[in-house]
Amino acid sequence: MPIKLAGESLNACSGCEISILDMGDKLLTLLEFVSIVHLPLLMDSKHGVRKNNSQTIKLPKADVGLISGNIKTKENLELACAMRDSCDLIIAFGTCATHGGIPALANSYHNDDILGHCFNTLGTDKVDSFPSDIVPELMDACYALDEHIRVDFSLPGCPPHPDHIFRALQSIEKNESFSLPEKSVCDNCPASRDGKGQVKVLKRALELPQWRVYDDTKEGFECFLEQGFLCMGPVTRDGCGGDTEQARCIMAQMPCRGCYGPVKNGGNQRLAMLNALVSNGIDISSLPETVSMLRFSGGHGFLHPLPGTKESE
Amino acid sequence: MAKIINIQPITRIEGHASIHIQLNDQGNVQETKVAFKSLRGFEKFVEGKPAEELPRIVSRICGICPWMHHIASNKAVDACFKVTVPPAGNLLRELMLTISHIEDKLLHFFFLAGADFFMGPECDYSVRNILGLVKANPELAGKVIKMRHKAKMILDRFSKKTIHPIAGVPGGFIKPLSIEDRKTFLDNLTELLDFALFALGYAKKEVFPKFEESYPGLGEITTGFIGMVDNKGALNLYDGNIRLMKPDGSYKEFCPDEYLDHLAEKVVPFSYGKFPYAKSWGEGFSMDLDAPKGIYRSNTLARINVADKLATPRAQAELEEFRDKYGRPAQSTLLYHYARLIEEVYTCERAIEILKDPRIINPKVRTKVEPCAGRGVGCVEAPRGTLIHDYSTDENGLITRVNLIVGTTHNLAPINLSVDRAARDLIKNGIYDDTILNKIEMAVRAYDP
Repeated sequence: MPIKLAGESLNACSGCEISILDMGDKLLTLLEFVSIVHLPLLMDSKHGVRKNNSQTIKLPKADVGLISGNIKTKENLELACAMRDSCDLIIAFGTCATHGGIPALANSYHNDDILGHCFNTLGTDKVDSFPSDIVPELMDACYALDEHIRVDFSLPGCPPHPDHIFRALQSIEKNESFSLPEKSVCDNCPASRDGKGQVKVLKRALELPQWRVYDDTKEGFECFLEQGFLCMGPVTRDGCGGDTEQARCIMAQMPCRGCYGPVKNGGNQRLAMLNALVSNGIDISSLPETVSMLRFSGGHGFLHPLPGTKESE
Repeated sequence: MAKIINIQPITRIEGHASIHIQLNDQGNVQETKVAFKSLRGFEKFVEGKPAEELPRIVSRICGICPWMHHIASNKAVDACFKVTVPPAGNLLRELMLTISHIEDKLLHFFFLAGADFFMGPECDYSVRNILGLVKANPELAGKVIKMRHKAKMILDRFSKKTIHPIAGVPGGFIKPLSIEDRKTFLDNLTELLDFALFALGYAKKEVFPKFEESYPGLGEITTGFIGMVDNKGALNLYDGNIRLMKPDGSYKEFCPDEYLDHLAEKVVPFSYGKFPYAKSWGEGFSMDLDAPKGIYRSNTLARINVADKLATPRAQAELEEFRDKYGRPAQSTLLYHYARLIEEVYTCERAIEILKDPRIINPKVRTKVEPCAGRGVGCVEAPRGTLIHDYSTDENGLITRVNLIVGTTHNLAPINLSVDRAARDLIKNGIYDDTILNKIEMAVRAYDP
């Protein structure tokens, strides 16, 4: 019997779902042991009825539920709870679900600031009030999934690599355990390292790190941090290259920005990175800002509005 | 008896939306609303970030068209930092954008919207999707999956990361194209062009004739159109002027920097997405079905309507055939799908043209950039329409202000109108069923999976 799979997307971009399709031929193999019973991006299953602004969500029973996106609206929360009720296992699918992801950068602001800004940009006709008819009520922040529902398994990534999606579902079908190694991007990085570098000040990503061909057979490069570029590799979980490749951005000559989230769940990428920089003698006041170090993991209360500001009544 | 019909969520589209149809006491449509329910606040939360980081952040606006946001963002940062991109850098960016269009149109037509036509809106909802198509027509579905994957893998192997890319950088592109890669890409794109021609031929025979027979006038409205053209009036997805066409076919053309003189955005109570409209027409904004004001559409049909021509031979021949039959501007909503497959041919031809350009293998792909104060508008055509990123920076090159008009949003008002039209035409005296409700959703899917 194929396993039954349900999928829902909350506050997200659909990139995680597209990553499922990016399996290519493997998708056809996947469909031999997975039966998709609910996935609004690809198929026509509805949530159920909505009466007088409160909603009764009915979802089909499934063995596994993939939930992408974080929780930003009351409707996101209702859907997450309904998925929890209808699925035996819940996989937090992608970094928005596991750690907040890019949309959780909004956690540095109160909703009023965001609404007031987005509905008053250049070229927007002035309004007296913000949308409130039918649109779901906003929560006070973007929450990672496990801040509101029990999560059985986390599959981070922006997006998760198709290899991991395939392997996670295959291991569930075979009743085997599956986990991603708790290693950092650095643990698997092919860069050469001299040890503690001479760098005192970090450069911005306005130029590419050096890349050189050592001889006919080997290309290589020195550690981006040792070259003076901010690279989130030391504090980011490895895995973005899937089963066969190394870290994707790094192999494209771009420093890591942290999309697989912290090495261990619960880790604070900004704090860990600043510690690492300081202990290497780097002047962290040379950084233009540090909020971006949490650009993928601002959920779990790591990003919040400045103290002393508050939401208007 | 008065009641509200909710279609929630709209399925087989990207994004979060729902349809709410208010019936009056006679069971006829009184009012419809299509609500767009996501508010993430990119325009706010990127403030204070170094501008050069934005192309890697704002791609997350959309996981289906991340390349377009990535490249529009790079163009906006280039303009803030006052840098000129070398020809090879521009060609490589355009190549990535074009291949991303190729992949997206296959996704849209075959994976998302196509099931309505291949399987029919009457068929059971549980098989009315790409998975059902795999079972019903394994040969076609297998081919579609393979072809889309081929396009995606060109992007993936060359740029290393295709969902939320990194290969565009302020000042240019991350690396030059090797002669070997160029040859492989040409081989792959030749295959994709063959498939594009096959797909269009197939759809002209098997799909498009059904528009008239099975869905006469579905979601049909009369509007203006928007799209980008080059200095010869031909469609250009990567660079050019914005052409804004009125429903009567007359148009004005303007540089993307001047967009605020022509477009404005309306906040409506039932949507977190704002509704752009043509401010320069001076008629205001109204979604009255009988007398809409300021309403124009974007995306495939809009682009082939505003362009005088398509600058590649096979696509141009297809456009001429299309225009002979439907005129210019063509208004029928379902023709978006026809236009999509013509654009598929164009994008394959254009990608081959770019690869044959001798400048593309030039190793100079990037100009050095220095952060500075400035303002820059980056504009490209995303699958769903004209995409505008407008940034301002301070003297350190940190973002002080961002305004975004995202492709999809141009069509939010038209989607509301088309859904209203379809609902009024199809729901009478309180009688409706799942097939009718799906047909109403098809009016959305023409624009925006």
